[in-house]
Amino acid sequence: MSEPLERPDTAHRPRWRETLSVLLKNRLAAVGLLALLGLVVVALLAGVLTRYGINEQDVANRFAAPSADHWFGTDELGRDIYSRVLMGSRVSLQVGAIAVGISLIAGTLLGLVSGYRGGWLDAILMRTMDVLFAFPVVLLAIALVAVFGPSLRNTMIAIGVVFTPIFARVVRGSVLSVRENLYIRAVRSLGASDLRIVLRHVLPNVAAPVIVQTSLSLAFAILLEAALSYLGVGVQPPEPAWGLMLSDAQRYMEQGWWLSVFPGLAIFVTVMAFNLVGDGLRDALDPQQRSIIESRGVGGDA
Amino acid sequence: MAPGMPDESSAAAVLTVDHLDVRFATKRGVAHVVRDLSYQLHAGETLAILGESGSGKSVSTLALTKLIPIPPGRVAGHVRIGDHDLVAMAEKELLGYRGARIGYVFQDPMTSLNPVHPIGRQVTEGMRFHLGVSEREARERTVDLLRQVGIPDAEKRLDDYPHQFSGGMRQRVVIAIGLSCHPDVLVADEATTALDVTTQAQIVELVGRLQDEIGMAVIWITHDLGVVAGIADRVLVMYAGEVVEEAPVDLLYATPRHPYTLGLMSSLPVLGDLERRELAAIPGMPPTPLALPPGCGFHPRCAYRSDPRCEAEHPALVEVEPGHRVRSFYEVPESDARAAAAAGRIDIEPPDAADRSAAS
Repeated sequence: MSEPLERPDTAHRPRWRETLSVLLKNRLAAVGLLALLGLVVVALLAGVLTRYGINEQDVANRFAAPSADHWFGTDELGRDIYSRVLMGSRVSLQVGAIAVGISLIAGTLLGLVSGYRGGWLDAILMRTMDVLFAFPVVLLAIALVAVFGPSLRNTMIAIGVVFTPIFARVVRGSVLSVRENLYIRAVRSLGASDLRIVLRHVLPNVAAPVIVQTSLSLAFAILLEAALSYLGVGVQPPEPAWGLMLSDAQRYMEQGWWLSVFPGLAIFVTVMAFNLVGDGLRDALDPQQRSIIESRGVGGDA
Repeated sequence: MAPGMPDESSAAAVLTVDHLDVRFATKRGVAHVVRDLSYQLHAGETLAILGESGSGKSVSTLALTKLIPIPPGRVAGHVRIGDHDLVAMAEKELLGYRGARIGYVFQDPMTSLNPVHPIGRQVTEGMRFHLGVSEREARERTVDLLRQVGIPDAEKRLDDYPHQFSGGMRQRVVIAIGLSCHPDVLVADEATTALDVTTQAQIVELVGRLQDEIGMAVIWITHDLGVVAGIADRVLVMYAGEVVEEAPVDLLYATPRHPYTLGLMSSLPVLGDLERRELAAIPGMPPTPLALPPGCGFHPRCAYRSDPRCEAEHPALVEVEPGHRVRSFYEVPESDARAAAAAGRIDIEPPDAADRSAAS
């Protein structure tokens, strides 16, 4: 009874390709992935796709409504909003990638050490993470930026620090269950060192929840950067960050809806895309969910 | 099928276990899991360690290379390979012995392979760091190994993942991993228990054949008397963390001397025996290692208990005939021993279907 049927040869594919094909069967996740790809292309080609400089002022044309000349209109200084939103995508993606990168690396390392070693080291690390985790995220980020001064770099570091406990916890939890597996004892009995066991045998088995957490955190990091910039402690003017543009636009609500709608939409689309992909990945990487999705042939409970 | 018994005096032992003692510090006190265990193992020899769950048989072999968590575990005594004492060794030095000198094969083939790596990589892994061979050479050796353990189309299956194999095939892969660095000693810890009887017989035969080919010694841990009868040269019967009887396999099966061994044999069903009595179970439960009874560890369950010393004194392991040692104050009558031996008679070579159900 304990012997499952051997899988047919169609299952003979690398794991990431299998995951991708399941992911793409989920329509919402596919849309999200497409939006992300578009976003990356836009960020890369922003210089080519725009006609105006981000700080090019056309004072005669302040608060111009969207037109063929200025697709998203102009702001209070006569700057082209389309150009600024497009260039702003670079800031957002950069903040997302670097901030989440920091927390991904730091959190994964801490989680691996904590979970694999256990004991007093685990207790100290995790209580530290708990303290960090207990702070309201925005407050902690503001405090960090207040100490080190507002700048794009410090914003990324602050967000990275704030997100580290999330990764540390996710990784530690998975490590605790993975390290109890017989295959870990088996490679230990083969003479593998702790470092080797952690890197080659534990880490790949905790990758799934980390990947999911990464894509959800990207969305959250971009949102947080927007919030911090909006509050004036993030990216500083005249940089074209979406949160900052919203913050400025707030004062001119009555002069033109386009000042706030387009940067707002950009944030919405980006965050939504990351969330959809994150949810899709969670389903695709979870074997139980995967079989449900495969049997239904569609996704969409996200 | 079992290779001939090496002459104990002439052949040098590949492994000498000397007064091995394992304790665990727990919240409820110290658990004394392995007590004063000594044995020698020679090249090509098969030693079976027989005992029920919790008798310390697995822990005693894990402790050989300190694979138990330390602390809370504590290992004392000596484990010698050549001139080296593994118990005194630091973890770093031990890494060179695990897998390379003492290989392990664990019970459950379903979980002893890492699901995220193709099986080829899992077999080559040990060779890479123990033997220092290149990835290409390791892969070639792996193909040979997989063929040896009977995996068809070995070279095509290197990049398959564990879930693409059946249980029996997976256990073959696990054995290939255990053999990959040519250990002097292979510890097969219930290596066939999770498999169906046919596969079990194949694996038993496979290990025996490989043993003949490469002259490796095997420690076969089991609670299955049928397997023991088929493959072992010598048997250690363990109870409550210590050896209660030790004998060459034919002596043990002809005249078991310890009441516990007798009980084990009498509790076996015999296939085709229609007018047979009820199965004789051993009453009671084995003692917890946290609170071992004073005197003989087995006395609370012993049917032959009579001597007042049973409850007060700890019996020593005494040689009753050449190579046959027993830890008991009581001499089991010859007739009882023969009766139990008849009940436990297992004439067949491969493991018997009937005693699996009794064992588990």
